[in-house]
Amino acid sequence: MNDKTDHIIVDTATRIFQDLCEPNTVNEAEQGVWPKALWNALEESGLTLTWVPEELGGAGAALADGFAVLRAAGRFAAPVPLAETLMAGWLLTRAGISVPGGPLTVAPVHADGRIMLTADGTLSGRARRVPFARNAGHIAVLARRGTEAVVALVAATGLPISQSMSLAGEPRDDVSFDGASPEAVRPGAVDQDLLVCLGAAVRLQQMAGALEKILEQSVQYALDRSQFGRPIAKFQAVQHNLAMLAGEVAAASATADAAAEACARPEIAIGEIAIAKVRGGEAAGNGAAIAHQVHGAMGFTYEHSLHHATRRLWSWREEFGNEAVWAARLGRMVAERGADELWPFITAGS
Amino acid sequence: MSFSFRFDPVELPPEAKELREEVRGFLREEIEAGTFSPYGGKGSFSREFSRKVGAKGWIGMTWPEKYGGHDRSHLERYVVTEEMLAARAPTRAHSTADRQSGPVILRYGQEEIKQKILPQIARGELCFCIGLSEPNSGSDVFAASTRATKTDGGWLVNGRKIWTSNAHQADYMIALLRTSPPTKENRRHGLTQFLVDMKTPRITTRPIINLTGSHDFNEVVFDDAFLPDSHLIGEVDMAWKQATDELAYERSGPDRWIETFPALVELVRLAGEDPSERLAEGIGREVAHLATLRRMSLSVAGMLQAGKTPAVEAAVVKDLGTNFEQALPDKVRLLAPQIGDSQPDSNDDRFEEALRYATLIAPKLTIQGGTREVLRGIIARGLGLR
Repeated sequence: MNDKTDHIIVDTATRIFQDLCEPNTVNEAEQGVWPKALWNALEESGLTLTWVPEELGGAGAALADGFAVLRAAGRFAAPVPLAETLMAGWLLTRAGISVPGGPLTVAPVHADGRIMLTADGTLSGRARRVPFARNAGHIAVLARRGTEAVVALVAATGLPISQSMSLAGEPRDDVSFDGASPEAVRPGAVDQDLLVCLGAAVRLQQMAGALEKILEQSVQYALDRSQFGRPIAKFQAVQHNLAMLAGEVAAASATADAAAEACARPEIAIGEIAIAKVRGGEAAGNGAAIAHQVHGAMGFTYEHSLHHATRRLWSWREEFGNEAVWAARLGRMVAERGADELWPFITAGS
Repeated sequence: MSFSFRFDPVELPPEAKELREEVRGFLREEIEAGTFSPYGGKGSFSREFSRKVGAKGWIGMTWPEKYGGHDRSHLERYVVTEEMLAARAPTRAHSTADRQSGPVILRYGQEEIKQKILPQIARGELCFCIGLSEPNSGSDVFAASTRATKTDGGWLVNGRKIWTSNAHQADYMIALLRTSPPTKENRRHGLTQFLVDMKTPRITTRPIINLTGSHDFNEVVFDDAFLPDSHLIGEVDMAWKQATDELAYERSGPDRWIETFPALVELVRLAGEDPSERLAEGIGREVAHLATLRRMSLSVAGMLQAGKTPAVEAAVVKDLGTNFEQALPDKVRLLAPQIGDSQPDSNDDRFEEALRYATLIAPKLTIQGGTREVLRGIIARGLGLR
C-alpha cells in the first residue's frame, strides 16, 4: 500500500501539519478555537476532497492516498474534521451527490443511530456523538427510506445540536435531524455496514499515526531524561517497555494497512476489518499505557503534548465499533464457518 | 530519525496461491492415508514424510538448482511452511535443515560440502540439529567454550553442547566452537562454525527428557572428536558475523506464532455454529491476533525476498508471536467453560489433547531460539536505546 501511494500528496499534508498544527494549535482547539489557518490550508491544497473524483470537483486520488494523509493527520493530532470530511466525500460520491466545500461530517457513527427519510421528504431521528458536527457546514447522512438505504446531504446550520466532547476534547455532538430538509437525496450504494467499515479503517490510520508519534516521543524522552545518574533509556526495564511499545506500534501499523487494503477491494472484506479493529484497538490501549509509564509524571501533565495522542487513541478506538464489538462479530463469523475453515479464513486475504 | 519499524505489505503472487492449493491437496491425501494426524501433538518426526516433501520440491525451495534447490521465492517457501505447520505435518526431520542449516551452508560452506550436502537436504534425506547452547552459554551465545583445536588435516573438538533438539536423530549438526579466546575489543571474536557428522567417533548424545515427558533435547559430548578441514564453515574466529545473519533468516517464520494454534481450532470446533457472546468475543480476539501476526510474518518474508535484512522486524514478530502463542492456551482454557453441555465424545478428547499439549509446551516458546529478554534487547538496540 505504501509503495503505491502518491508521495506528493502525503508530503503536502505533512508540510501543512508541520507548519500549522503545533501542540498549541491542538490545545487551543480544545478550548473551542477553530484552527482556521490549518483548515484553510488543507482545503486550498485540495486535501479535503481527496476521495472525491475529478468530475465532481475533487482530487480523484486513490483510497490509499487518503489513508496515508490520515495517518499523517493522526501523527499531528490534527484537531480538524479532515477524516470526517474525507468520509463524507466518499459517501456522497458513492451516491452521486456533488460534494460541497467546507468542513463536513458523517452520521450516524454509532450503531444505535437511526435516521429515517419520511414520506414528505424530511428527515427524522437523532445521531449520537457526531464528530465535529458544530464545525461542519454540511452533514452526509446515511438514512433509511423504508428498508432502502439513502444518502442525504444536510446543511448543518440550524440543526439542533447538543454539544459534547470526546476523551480528547474534540467535538462529539448529538444531532437531531427531525424535520430537516436535505439539499439532496439519492439511493445509497452504501449500507451502514460499509460506512462502519470505512470508518474503522479511517480510525485505524489515525491510531497508527498517533502510535508512531508516541513511540518517537517515548524513545526521545527516555534518552533525554536522566535518573540515578544516567538516561533512563539505559535501564533494561525501560528498554523492554519501549520494545513492547514498538511491537504494538508495528501491529497497529499492520492493521491499518490491512484495513485500507480491505476497503480498496471491490467488496469490503468485513472479516479483515474486524481483525484490524480488534488488534488495532488493543494496540492503542497497550501502547498508550506504556508511553505514559515511560514518561512518568511529566506525561500526565496538560503541558506535555503526550496526551494529544493518547487521549485521541482512547477516543478513536471506541468509534466505529470497539474491540469487544468487532471481536464478537469476528468470533461469530469464525464459528459459522467451522473449525476446519479457520485456517483458510486466516489465509484468505493473501 | 524514524523509530517505527517498517512492515511492507505483501501481495502473494498467483503462483504462491496455486502452490497453497497444491500443498493443501498433498496434506489432505497424507492425512487420509494415515501418515499423520492433524490433531496429535507428538509423532512429528518422519523421515518417510520428509522424503515425500523433498520429492515434491518443497525443501530448499529458494536455493539454486545446482545445489538441488528450486530457485523459488521466499514467499512460496513461506506458503509451504505455514501450510505444513497449520496442518501439524511431521516436518521435524527436515525443518531445521531447510530453515537454518541449509542456508548457512549455502552461504558460507565450502564448495565440496555444498555439492555433497545441499542436494541431500533438498531431497529430504538429512536431519540437522544446531549446536549452540552449552551449560554455561545459553542466551550469552558468545560465551561458548567447546573447543576446536587445530590438528593435522582438521580439528579436534572437546566440550559439551546442551538443549540440542533432535541431536539423537540428526545426521549432522552445525556447531559453534571456540577456536581462539575472545579479544579485549570484541568479546564475540574467536568462535567458528563447523559441520559435524553426528556419526563421528567420540561424540556421545544423551537424552534430556522435557517436562512433557518427551525426548526432544539432548546433551552432546565431544571427547577429542575429529572434524576434517572441509567441514569448516566460513571464516575461522569470525562466526559472530555469520551467526547474526543466520538468526535474521527465520526468526519470524510461522513456527513463531502457530505452535498452540490447534487448541484454538478445537475450541472453535466445540463452540459450534452458535457460540455465546462471550465465547464468540474470546475466539474473535485470538483470531485477530493470529491473523495480524501472520500478516507481519509474511511481510518479513516479503522483505527477505526483496533482498532486505529485516533483523529487528523479525525480532518484533518473534516477540509478539511467541507471547501470543504462549498466552493462547490460557485464553482457551478460560473460554472452555462457556461451551454448553456437549456430550463427551471424540471431539472433547481432541480438544483436551490439544489444550494439554499447548499448555505444557507454552513455557518453552519464549525461550527457544532467543529468549524474550534477548529479543527485547535486540529491539531496544534497533530503537537506538543501547
